[in-house]
Amino acid sequence: MSSTATATKHEDHGHDSHGHGPDAHAHHPEQNFFMKYLWSTDHKIIGMQYLFTGMFMALIGGFTVYAFRMQQAFPGMSIPGYGRVTATDYNALVTTHGSVMIFWVAMPVLIAALGNYLIPLMIGCDDMVFPRLNRLSYQIFLVSVIVLIASFFVEGGAFGGAWTSYPPLSAKAQYNLTPLGAPMWLFAVALEFAAFLMGGINFVTTVMNSRAPGMKMFDVPIVVWSIIIASILFMASVGPLIAGAVMMLFDQTLGTAFFDPNKGGDPVLWQHLFWFFGHPEVYVVMLPAMGIVAEVIATFSRKKLFAYKTVLYTMIGTGALSFFVWAHHQFIAGIDPRMANIFSVTTLLISIPVAEMLFVYIATLYGGSIRLTTPMLWALAFIGEFLLGGVTGIFLGSSGADIYFHDTYFVLAHFHYTFFPIAFIAVFAAMTYWFPKMFGRYMNEAWGKVHFWGTIVSFNFIFIPLFLLGARGDHRRIFDYTHFPDLMKPGMQDLRILATLSLVVLLSFQVIFLVNFFLSMVKGEKAPANPWKSNTLEWVAPSPPPHGNFPEGLPTVHRGPYEYSHPDRQDDYWPQNAS
Amino acid sequence: MAEGATVTRLPERTKRPPVISSAVLGTLFFIVAEVMFFSGAISAFTISRSGALPGTWPMPGQPRLPAEATMLNTALLLLSGIVLVVAHRLYRKQNPIAHWVTLCAWALGAGFVGLQGVEWAGLLSQGLTLTSSPLGSFFYLIVGSHAVHAVVALIALGVAWLQMARNKLAPGLFFGAQTFWYFVVLLWPIIYLRVYF
Repeated sequence: MSSTATATKHEDHGHDSHGHGPDAHAHHPEQNFFMKYLWSTDHKIIGMQYLFTGMFMALIGGFTVYAFRMQQAFPGMSIPGYGRVTATDYNALVTTHGSVMIFWVAMPVLIAALGNYLIPLMIGCDDMVFPRLNRLSYQIFLVSVIVLIASFFVEGGAFGGAWTSYPPLSAKAQYNLTPLGAPMWLFAVALEFAAFLMGGINFVTTVMNSRAPGMKMFDVPIVVWSIIIASILFMASVGPLIAGAVMMLFDQTLGTAFFDPNKGGDPVLWQHLFWFFGHPEVYVVMLPAMGIVAEVIATFSRKKLFAYKTVLYTMIGTGALSFFVWAHHQFIAGIDPRMANIFSVTTLLISIPVAEMLFVYIATLYGGSIRLTTPMLWALAFIGEFLLGGVTGIFLGSSGADIYFHDTYFVLAHFHYTFFPIAFIAVFAAMTYWFPKMFGRYMNEAWGKVHFWGTIVSFNFIFIPLFLLGARGDHRRIFDYTHFPDLMKPGMQDLRILATLSLVVLLSFQVIFLVNFFLSMVKGEKAPANPWKSNTLEWVAPSPPPHGNFPEGLPTVHRGPYEYSHPDRQDDYWPQNAS
Repeated sequence: MAEGATVTRLPERTKRPPVISSAVLGTLFFIVAEVMFFSGAISAFTISRSGALPGTWPMPGQPRLPAEATMLNTALLLLSGIVLVVAHRLYRKQNPIAHWVTLCAWALGAGFVGLQGVEWAGLLSQGLTLTSSPLGSFFYLIVGSHAVHAVVALIALGVAWLQMARNKLAPGLFFGAQTFWYFVVLLWPIIYLRVYF
């Protein structure tokens, strides 16, 4: 950073300290590497820290799935890069894959990284309102990562009770055989929630109080709205799970009687506490993904987003409804069938607002001048793939059909068809779309498309076979199929091998992405401030934005974020801040 | 900031007056999450109790919770909340006795925590422990979480009182401590009615 820029940065904060309230941070004339990149209160640096930590955790999640899928396809084989998978290893690998991908990849990347990076830039302010709380949030998150990784190496190994951690298996060391792994897993999850609680408070407060002058409620870009709604959902749903986590931790370490049936406790209670959080959680990660897709589609269709307010209201509706669907995870856990009927209805109802969002995006595409750039390809793929995940959810949401499908690979394929589009397809759209803003350079477009096609094709080749297997009754939690001749019928093992080999292909295509990402960061073609000719405020700031974001002065907003191809304008875009 | 003078001043940003200040808003969101934490714990307790087999709640041999004796504790806590409202009004009018009234509210709150401690000691000696039955587990979890919150709020209120008595109260502190204390006070009757009866 040049000396002028450094001076500007100080000046910018000097006049705007009122925006920071009591949390205003101190400035140092010269920041060393440590202060600038590791101890920073700058929302962009914190966003990057979350992003890179999430990417690192995705490698762990990818490696674990490689190991246990290889065991599925070739039982008993010594797996290259891992060795032989024992039954205990298998449980630990599955658990680690699930919890890492949800809690340490989807959450930090979609909410924390993009929220931190984009919110202040898109609402036109210089930083979050509580920058030090923000830094603390990342630090607690980092501790949770360290605790989780440490739990892989303790005596007994990593926790193996699935990411849902159902008691009594998870509550007693003599059942799960991980006397240290289980409490450490729970502790890591609890720390992570504390971190995101701080982040969520920060996001909502910032958007309510620090928007650029002139930016009214309906001028806020959809992606910011979606992160805000997701943060509110998170804050409202995480409390019962924290209560449950404390209860579980006491059961594990002190021998309390919350979930222990021998002492009069109720194991199904945990399922209610977990899924009361767990189901809104699905929408916590899904809404930001929907928001990203809205931004990308509007920009590359060169067309105003169809029905902005409808998208917003359906997002709020989805969020509200998401608190009333959790018991569809317990259809066969012994809940009252009358209650199962009610939850079937709410579960099927929630597909209406979600379908509405997808229809809105398709309507936005209609008649637009579509540009098939890499981010646009990812956004279009999101619509198609997520649709498949949603449609298969109808089968599982109906309590009658769920009795058959429960705990089969059909369920697994269903939620991977929702979560993979959310946590990877939408995130790739976001990363390729905002890369020029983050690093001031373009990503390589040709390699981006190679990565896109490789990932999408192999993704479908993983999970369509698993749908077929699930429909034939293949149970989800089997370590070695050679013990189950009924499930080794001709064709079934072939489908497993096909899915596993496709997974290996998918993982190897991610190498292309990583190389492209890091090479483009240093060698990519230089990008201007607004490479996609987009309207929202982050494109007003230089690429990459300096500390304080807007060296020209904070922008004033005159219109909504999606005024593309306006008939009165010569340009086909109309930035929010242009007068 | 010495070097600031050498740079041309940036255009002053038009202030957007926030409807609610950021500190208040942040605290409110935190309290929403706290409310959900307690609703989770209390509804888990309710579900466990209503799902218990006949004759197992409370488990045979476990003591009854002293609902009547706790009325006094409850009264002390509610009174403390009311006294703190009065203290706040006096402080707003810059009345010099405001800090004595605050101390009074603090003492009532501390009395509540102390009496709860005595009650716990009694229950423990009668055999209701964290591990003895689901009733004990839930009782100590819910009432214990409330007690932790009460102690934290009392510490904050105590610091606010000290600063007030020395006439150098940090602006946000009294507000934050009060908000948290009202949360503790208003939460208690719900816990009392759901858990003790």
